[in-house]
Formats: sequence, C-alpha cells, structure tokens
Amino acid sequence: MTEASMDAKQKFATQSDKAAAARKIAIRNTMQAVGMLPVLIILAVGFHFMTEGRFFTGQNISIVAQQAAINTVLAAGMTFVILTGGIDLSVGSILAASAMIGVLASLIPGWGLLGIPAAMLTGLGFGLINGMLIAFLKLPPFIVTLGGLTAIRGVARLIGNDQTVFNPDLPFAWIGNGEVPIIPGMFTVPVLAIIAIAVILISWFILRRTVLGTHIYAVGGNSAAARLSGIKVWSVLLFVYATSGLLAGLGGVMSAARLYAANGLQLGQAYELDAIAAVILGGTSFIGGIGSIWGTLIGALIIAALTNGLILVGVSDIWQFIIKGLVIIGAVTLDRFRTQGGART
Amino acid sequence: MTETAKDRQPTLEMRSISKTFPGVKALSNVQLRAWSGEVLALMGENGAGKSTLMKILSGAYTADPGGEILIDGQAVKMGDPIAAKHQGIAIIYQELSLAPNLTVAENIYLGIELARRGMVDRKAEAEGCRDVLERLGAPFGPNTVVSTLSIAEQQLVEIARALHVNAKILVMDEPTTALSSRETDKLFALVKQLRSEGIAIIYISHRMAEVYELADRVSVLRDGSYVGTLVGDEINADRLVRMMVGRELKGFYKHEHDAEQALAAEVVLEVRDMADGDMVKGASFKLHAGEVLGLAGLVGSGRTELARLIYAADPKIRGEVILDNVPRNFSNPKQAIDAGIAYLTEDRKAQGLFLDMSVKENVNLGVIDRDAYRFGVLNLAQAARRATHAIEALAIRVASPLVEVGSLSGGNQQKVLLSRWLETKPRVLILDEPTRGVDVGAKQEIYRIIDNLAKAGVAILVISSEMPEVMGIADRILVMREGLIEGEVGGHSGNAITQENIMALASGIALKAA
Repeated sequence: MTEASMDAKQKFATQSDKAAAARKIAIRNTMQAVGMLPVLIILAVGFHFMTEGRFFTGQNISIVAQQAAINTVLAAGMTFVILTGGIDLSVGSILAASAMIGVLASLIPGWGLLGIPAAMLTGLGFGLINGMLIAFLKLPPFIVTLGGLTAIRGVARLIGNDQTVFNPDLPFAWIGNGEVPIIPGMFTVPVLAIIAIAVILISWFILRRTVLGTHIYAVGGNSAAARLSGIKVWSVLLFVYATSGLLAGLGGVMSAARLYAANGLQLGQAYELDAIAAVILGGTSFIGGIGSIWGTLIGALIIAALTNGLILVGVSDIWQFIIKGLVIIGAVTLDRFRTQGGART
Repeated sequence: MTETAKDRQPTLEMRSISKTFPGVKALSNVQLRAWSGEVLALMGENGAGKSTLMKILSGAYTADPGGEILIDGQAVKMGDPIAAKHQGIAIIYQELSLAPNLTVAENIYLGIELARRGMVDRKAEAEGCRDVLERLGAPFGPNTVVSTLSIAEQQLVEIARALHVNAKILVMDEPTTALSSRETDKLFALVKQLRSEGIAIIYISHRMAEVYELADRVSVLRDGSYVGTLVGDEINADRLVRMMVGRELKGFYKHEHDAEQALAAEVVLEVRDMADGDMVKGASFKLHAGEVLGLAGLVGSGRTELARLIYAADPKIRGEVILDNVPRNFSNPKQAIDAGIAYLTEDRKAQGLFLDMSVKENVNLGVIDRDAYRFGVLNLAQAARRATHAIEALAIRVASPLVEVGSLSGGNQQKVLLSRWLETKPRVLILDEPTRGVDVGAKQEIYRIIDNLAKAGVAILVISSEMPEVMGIADRILVMREGLIEGEVGGHSGNAITQENIMALASGIALKAA
C-alpha cells in the first residue's frame, strides 16, 4: 500500500472515529456534570412520600432554600480552595467574626448599611492572611486554616465579649428574610437563595470562562507544571483563599441578616464541615484539579434536603448526624463506582 | 543458540491473545513466544499494544476468551497477578514500583514478609536478600532506604526482587530511559548474565542500538496485531522499522536545515557564567537563530539545571542571560515565556502536562492570556482553532481535542506539550529530552518538527542523552561535565562529532588531536 493511500485511509477512519469519540466524551462529561443530581431527586421524592406530601410545599422548599443558601455560599468559596488542592477549615470562624462586625457596624446610627461591606471586608481580610501564609510562606493549608479556625473564633468572641449582639432594627434584614415574588401570590424566592444562586453563577463564570479559572484548575492539577507554564501560583493561591474568606464574610452578612443578631461563640460552629461535605459530594476531588461548581450546588442542596427531610420525618437530633454522615459516605462511594466505569482504558 | 532453541519448548507462549476495551480493540490475536536463556525484544510504536500484552502476562488484565498463556507448556490462569508471580513472571515497569520510604530488604520482601509472631523479622530479611544483591553486584546493602538510591540502583532493587522469587520470565519495560551510558552498560552486562543463567527476558525498548546489542530475537506489534519475529542475523533496523510502522523511513534523523547558515546568523541567546551554587558552576554559550544546538553530558552533569536557570524556573546566584544583545533579568518563567523563550521539561507527566485536562486545554495553556478578551474572559473560539491546528500540524493521533491527555500514548503526549510551546511562538526553544519514552514513528515526526523550526529561524537547544539522536539532529554539540561546559564538537570547534569525542568530553578525558 503506498504511503499516500495509507494516510488517506487513516484520515478517513479518523473522521467518523472523531465524531464517535466526541460523542462519547460529551456523554461522559454530562454524566460527570449531572453527578449527584439523581441522588438529590431520590432524596426529595423519598422524603415527599415519607412525610405524606409535606416536603414539596412552597413553604418548605423556601425553607430548604434558605437553609442551603448560606452553606452554598461558603461551599462556593471552598470549591475554589479545594480545586487548588487546598482546604479552608476557618470559614465557620470567619463567618462568625464577620457577622459580629456586621451587626456591630449596623448599630452605627445613620450608617447601618455599612454593616454589609464591613463584614465582607473582615472576611476578605482573614482570607488574605490565610492566603499569604499559604502562598508566600508555603505553609500547608490544613495547618494554617486549622490555626485560623481557632484564632479567628477567638477574635469573634473577643469582639462581642462573648455576648450576643443584636440589632432589632437591622437595616439589611431583608437580605435574610425577604422574598422576591416571581409569580405573585404563588411562587416567591427568598433573597438568600438569590444571593446563593448569584454566587454560584459568578463562580461558574470565573472558573470556566476566565484565564484565572483555568489557572486555578492548573495549579490544582499539577502545580509544578503550572509554574513552568508561566502561571503565578502564588497569586492563584492568594486569590482562592481571599475568595473563600470574602464569601465567608458574605455568609456572615446573610446569617446576621436572618437572625438580627450574632454570637461570637456559637455562630458558625462546624459550618466548614458542611461546606466541605457539599464540595466533596459535588464531585470535586481533594487532590485538586477536578471538579465543578454545579456539583457543589447539588451537594449543598442534598445536605439541606437531608437535614430538612429528617426533621420533617421526625428523626431525632442524634440520628440526624449519623444518617447524614452515612449518606455522605454512601453517595461518594456510589460516585466513585460510576466514574470508574467509562473513563480511560 | 537460536537454532537449538527452535526445537526446545518455549518457556512462555501467549496464543491468540485479544483484548477489547470499551470502544477499542487493543490487541487482536497476538502471539508471543520466549525461550529461557534468550532475550526477546518486543518492539512497536506506542499504542501498538506492548504494555497491554505485558499487563495480560502479569495478570493485571484478563485477555478476551479464546486466548491462552502457557508456561513450559502448561496453561496458566489469567487475570491473577499473584498466580502470575508464582508462575515465575516478573515485570519491571518504566515507572518503578518501589516504596521509596522503605529499605531495600523491605521492598524485596514486600508482600512476602518474614514474620515472627506478627512482627517483621528485619534481620532475617536482610540476610535473606544478601545473596541476590551480591549476585547482582549491588553497591548498596539491604538496609539502605530506597529513596536515597539512584534510579539505576533502584532498578537493581526491582531486579533483585524478581530474582528473589526465582522469576523465570523477566519483563523489562524501557529500562534505560533514565540511565546514563555507564549505567546502561552495567545493565546490559546484567541482562546478559541473567540470560546465561537461563532466565527468559522480554525487553521492551524503542532504542535500536540496545536491541542490536541484546536481542536474540525481536517480535514486533503494530496497531494491536502481531507482525512477526526476526531472529539473529535477520535483525536489522530497516526491516524492524518497516514492520513497526508499515512504511519505510528513510533518513531517520531529519537534518535538512542549513547548519552553516545558522552558525553565521545572529546570536539570539547568549548565556554567561550561569551558576546556581549547586549543580551548575558557571556555564556560558551562544545560540544562533535557526541553529540546533545539542547539549550532551552524563546524567547529573547539570544540563537540565542549566536550562531551568535560563528559564528562571530556579534561582541563580550569578550569570547573565542576553537575548538579542539585551541583558535580561527574568525572575520567573512567565517573564521568560513573554520574552520568547520556551522550555519543554524532561518529565512531561510530572512537570509539563495536566493529565486530567483535555488536549485542547493543555495546548492552549501558554497562550490563554494572550488570546483572552478584557477582564481575562477566555476566547474559546480561538482555543478551539489552536487545538485543531496543533493536532493537524504535529500529527497528534487523537480522536478529538476534548480527550484527556492522560489517556494518550507517550509520543502523543509529548507532541501536545510541544505544541503548547510552539503556540507561544518562541524565538528560543529549549527541549529537554524531547523524545524520551516516545515511539519510533513519533520520534521521527518530532525531528521533522525541530528541523522545520530551525528552517524558520527558531534557535533551538536540545538536551539529549541519546547519542545517535543528538548527533543526528544537532548542528554542533556542547558537552557538559559537572556543571561546566567542558567542550564543543562540530561547528567551528575543530572537533569531529563522534561518539568517542562526546564521551571523552563528558568524562573529562582530553580529546585526541583532530
């Protein structure tokens, strides 16, 4: 066979092969993106039947959405961090400190709305400190943010002197309690949920449509190669931890708005665990470089639906923890089996 | 030896081995026969099915029904790695499978520990492997921690592990990839010794010189099928290449660009007295536009380190990089890339590619910021165009630009990495071991690409440990030794480009008068 005809034969074969392969990849990508959605649907449907129809009421969905909202915002920040192969254990404490500042600032007569930027800047500030320690001193994220968890909790307590601060006339309470009517009288969406969705959308855009997003995936996937490709790894790390802090600050605003109050000791305890669980349930890998923000959203919804459903069914507090933990482990196991399937030969 | 071997029963016979994965038939009716006391070289382009076949042999995979494996005439169960080990099959992979934090003895006894009442008997283990280490002439003891050993020494540990369980069939997958020439010679001597002890050795390699040196017979696979076996005197490069590739490859090392013209062209890059206080001690050289400059030397001579200093991947303590007669002070790789210097790492998997990302993403990574819209928004259309162009220009064999790079063969992966750098339109291209772990066909394509780049005026520095390669494609060759440029062959140096001259310089021996 001459070289020319062999090449032609090869080229021709690849045309239809290409189409087939592209289809296969598209299917695999969709399956990965869809991820845990079936689990969420099963949970929702299951609870609906177990509670004789109390789950899928407009009011209950609204409650689930509100409960998921804060975790979703924290989990979005956590997604950025885990994508780089790191972790942020301090988000719960940052949320508490930010909420404290937020409520205190809201008490300033005439300048109450300053509470919002004050809280978010607090979060950003702590996030930057985490980021600098990790990016410049090259300290391990687990240790840095573990220290942060404790130290920042201390700061939160210090700010309020371990007292609860409240502001019954909180100027931005509508963030935590307001609703936006989509279909007047029938379907309203809580403002908290809108904020969470907005955060998810912006996060998606950054991660999937900007150079920075690609750099984040690259640093998580192979930081040595990222550096050699000209990526400034330190700036990417600084960004993700600052973002995590900023979003924890936003979480603080949302929490303060909902409760009209903040307490340095109790607020935000173990919030980081739910955030991490949402991210991992969503299919993002601890080693970094793999994951999607939509998965995080579904993960957060699963956790909220689970918590809410178990309460509706009447399961006791203690059992709730056990069941939640088991569901997380089970869901991740199922996910591993699913993705082992079609992947690489 | 081969005549009588034909009458003997083969130690290993693999018959009608096929293997289908979802969507692709990796092996189709492959035969393989190996005899004790012989070295069988297994050759074929990447993707031909060699590693799949060996994984079936080792029990990591099970062949499709209909295939069988016979050892000394007895059919053996497939798909069971422990059974395979008991049958005397041992495989040494290219990526060594040792536990680096454990000692030599612990690695040798991994899985078969000598335990007394549940506790490992370290003394017994150390004693137990002394024999096999001596047999191999190992320069280290059983209690040495593996991570402190060189790659060549680690390989010895792998071989010791195989011999310790009396392997009858030893498979070695590209064993010389990370070895210097001295270590390679030692390995050859070892292989010959093991052969004379009656072990059947299956040796997978892309390096023709090695096949000539060691193989008693050569079996070739192509696209998952068995092409044939050459025995003894029949073994010759042209025939083998034709069997592997299906067509003739004339002029293996592409060298059509004009070396003289390049040497007379302007100096694009000048490096002066570069040192990092450790491996590189003060290297200087000049690189012209359109030139292919080879950089040879023993492993550990500082070549990669020098490249990384030029590229600002590592901090220097002294030295200048002068680009187009302008001294530059790069403090990180990004600045070097923006100035037009590109560096292809020697370890594409660990330091070059993003294995979980697609071909498209990998190809574009060096230029996404250049193509981006305002605020860093990605230009997806341009990225798709670049990916398609790269796949075509470098003949990357992949079904779609969305395929994950981790699933590609070595040669294709290398091309993806190379295309990333080519997209940055570099003026200086530093290639570190550009054809390591790459099959014959892809190697030739890479040489063609290098030659074309030189014709287009790109200044190219090629670091290579493969002597025939660097001699074939370079216009002149610098030889490094212990952190310094020891000498030059070719070009206007007055020294002929010969293996002896290069080795002499690399070893610090004075060159004989030309």
